[in-house]
Amino acid sequence: MSNMFAIAQKEIRAYFASPIAYVVIGLFSILFGVFYYAILDWFVKQGMQMAMGMGPQSLNVNERMIRPLLQNAMVMLLFVLPMITMRTYAEEKRSGTMELLLTSPITDVQILVGKFLGALTLYAAMLGVTLVYVMGLFAFGTPEWKPLATAYLGLLLFGGCFISVGMLVSSFTKNQIVAGMMTFVVFLLLWVIDWIAGSATGLFGTSAGPVVEEVLNYLSITQHFDDFGKGIIDTKHLIFYVSFITFGLFLTARSVDSERWRG
Amino acid sequence: MIEVQHLTKRYGRITAVDDVTFRVERGEILGFLGPNGAGKTTTMRVITGYMPPTQGKVIVAGFDVFDQPVDAKRRTGYLPETPPLYPDMTVREYLTFVAKIKGVHSGDRLSRVAQVMKKTAIGDMADRHCGKLSKGYRQRVGLAQAILHNPDVLVLDEPTAGLDPKQIIETRQLIKELAGNHTIVLSTHILPEVAQTCQRVVIITKGKVVAVDTPENLTHRLSGAETMYVQLDAADVDATSVLQAVPGVTRVGLSDRHGTAVGYEVESSRDQDIRRELAAAVVARGWGLLELRPLRMSLEEIFLQVTTEEGKPEQPETTGQTEEAAQ
Repeated sequence: MSNMFAIAQKEIRAYFASPIAYVVIGLFSILFGVFYYAILDWFVKQGMQMAMGMGPQSLNVNERMIRPLLQNAMVMLLFVLPMITMRTYAEEKRSGTMELLLTSPITDVQILVGKFLGALTLYAAMLGVTLVYVMGLFAFGTPEWKPLATAYLGLLLFGGCFISVGMLVSSFTKNQIVAGMMTFVVFLLLWVIDWIAGSATGLFGTSAGPVVEEVLNYLSITQHFDDFGKGIIDTKHLIFYVSFITFGLFLTARSVDSERWRG
Repeated sequence: MIEVQHLTKRYGRITAVDDVTFRVERGEILGFLGPNGAGKTTTMRVITGYMPPTQGKVIVAGFDVFDQPVDAKRRTGYLPETPPLYPDMTVREYLTFVAKIKGVHSGDRLSRVAQVMKKTAIGDMADRHCGKLSKGYRQRVGLAQAILHNPDVLVLDEPTAGLDPKQIIETRQLIKELAGNHTIVLSTHILPEVAQTCQRVVIITKGKVVAVDTPENLTHRLSGAETMYVQLDAADVDATSVLQAVPGVTRVGLSDRHGTAVGYEVESSRDQDIRRELAAAVVARGWGLLELRPLRMSLEEIFLQVTTEEGKPEQPETTGQTEEAAQ
């Protein structure tokens, strides 16, 4: 346990000792600010239209402001998270510090979970910054905090999936650029996997068949977020995310182990 | 302390280490000698538990490295070829982190780090970032990292590579000091280093052990005859026959010629000291005796002899040959 936290602490320190943490958090909050402004602007206009009796009948801050905002934030994660995960194993392998970790009296799983917790902490810090924007809404309106909390829990789990996949990809290579690019592609594939699922709504107008459709829909990691965004904690989605993370970490452990055998 | 039994490691079809067996006793310094690519690093990586062997096993301090990795690793310190440093950490932060993952108790950590920094003389660099250190300091921080948890076994992969001569001497001194409480395996391709620091040498080439012995024995055994170098101030005469006539001399050969000085190599059987007779014979002729010294086979020559014998089917195994020569 203490070994795991030692690794996690080292990872966090490494993020903040290098420019990575500042670049990632800084750029993410700038983008988030732009989205925030754009959506707030749109929301306010809707509100004015409603006041004049032309717009929608009810205007919920959670539904019309926070949800689209967080969904947009998820798109940004597609670009930001590979930057966090690409170094996890690739850098250790390149600089030879992998030899230190693997010859220390700690297990591969402790290293793995430590690294995962480190990356997750940085990601949580990143989400924490966005809370500052959302808190602004409380000053001028009355959003509900419970759906907000579930949405952030969903975001955390969703990001955790990306981090576990990113670590897996990072364990394949010594080259951080390769790891980053591959991670991005894998993320994007997981993102759009349901686009080819539906027959009528399918992007390419093709049908994948009823069974495949269901499987593809289930694999899409964005669909599982929807309920969290609405304020529902459905164990179905919770289990999907947790097992996705576990599976990703398991594969990473196998990948690191096989690297040892191959040399 | 370390037992390597029939260790074989293959990378795909390439066999890096082929059926290597040796043991290292407690408190001993073992030199691991071989040309580049001989399998030194691979063997060390298996000993330290970085990679599993394809066949055979390694026992460190009573623990099988493969079956009880955590116990074995707790008793092993390892300095890889490139010191495993985190460039963004300061030396002190780095060592504290290593102390944590090596299982040094939290109460002892600070004192242990300070102690090790003093031992390796890196105290004045404690707050520098590891990435900004010179090669010599990196190497020393690497060594500090290896001895931090006071391991029984120290595995050092080319500990003096890339250091300047003064640092090399200091590092060797440090290694010798450590030998008392630690069992040390160090690899190198610098031969004098082995002669100076190691009690025993394992010569490995193309993944196979070709010789295991003390450096002294190796130098003695492999040279069956004693050779003297004699330099005379007598350019115009041929001294070969005179030298040949000295009792005990088996062979005389012309070695070099500088102006009037002529050098000869005189071979004799090993158990006989013929220096006195040689000198007497030369002086009796009225020639000037400029130099008279024994030529001992250097480790370099032994190394070349041992490592190039591979592939000559006629010759017996080197270890066998050295034993024959000693008789």
